[in-house]
Amino acid sequence: MTPSDPGPSCQELVELVTDYLESRLAPAARARFEAHLGGCDGCVAFVEQLRQTVRVAGRAREDDVPEPARKALLEAFRGWKK
Amino acid sequence: MVPGVEERGLVEALRRGEEQVLLEALRRGDEAAFLALVNRHHGAMVRLARAFVRSDAVAEEVAQEAWLAALEGLAAFRGEAGVKGWLLAIVANRARSRAVREARSVPMSSLASRDDDGDAGPAVDPDRFLPADHPQWPGHWSAPPSAFPEAQLLAAEAAGVARTAIAALPGRQQAVITLRDVEGLSAEEACLALGLSEENQRVLLHRARSRVRAELERYFTEGDRP
Repeated sequence: MTPSDPGPSCQELVELVTDYLESRLAPAARARFEAHLGGCDGCVAFVEQLRQTVRVAGRAREDDVPEPARKALLEAFRGWKK
Repeated sequence: MVPGVEERGLVEALRRGEEQVLLEALRRGDEAAFLALVNRHHGAMVRLARAFVRSDAVAEEVAQEAWLAALEGLAAFRGEAGVKGWLLAIVANRARSRAVREARSVPMSSLASRDDDGDAGPAVDPDRFLPADHPQWPGHWSAPPSAFPEAQLLAAEAAGVARTAIAALPGRQQAVITLRDVEGLSAEEACLALGLSEENQRVLLHRARSRVRAELERYFTEGDRP
């Protein structure tokens, strides 16, 4: 990266965050990404929001198997056993 | 060695070992083993199916059919993909063909609106940035975000907002974020289950996360439910 390299704008950076979080940015692009974060509170907050989004999504599950489904599956299983 | 990586590997190995035990019991016809697997995976299977088909009832049906298909295929299952990945791949296949069959009997427009995820819409509303011809800060935030308040993020309501936002996503985006972020599958596992390339999967994941982020932001700033 050269001092004259402006790196991504904020608007460009927000499109790269998943690539960044998944470690799919090439080393040079990653360096530009992180250099931008070093000087931009808005983008730091955006990356944090996306991380938080991933965490909240991980709690977005309702895992009780409804009783009718459980019953139907158990019957199917008993049928399969025979 | 990055701390945590080894530990995660160990947890994963324990989980796999436990699943092998469950599978062997299942092959012997053990009902408790079957119910344990149902409790563990049925919710994820229904959620994934829901990304492809139009109603909760059909998603439930597809998941139940997938269990039967899994039992039929149990003898041939080798276990390299993990039980969850295996079950979810069966669901994805069946849900996909079910959606194709459904599409023949519904107006094209409703399918189009459901599959409208091929466009390259921006992750963030362009109005949040200064214009490209801005003399000093083109493309810079004009309305910068701030991190979500942690305490409220932990509340059940935030998870509800995310759940609603995910349910409103176009099919493929919904399938990818469900597998990756809700169910915690790896990129490889999600690609296998959905038959996507790694890059395609990542593009869909970014769009899905961006939309859910926007809904969370709206909820935190305006107190709106999506």
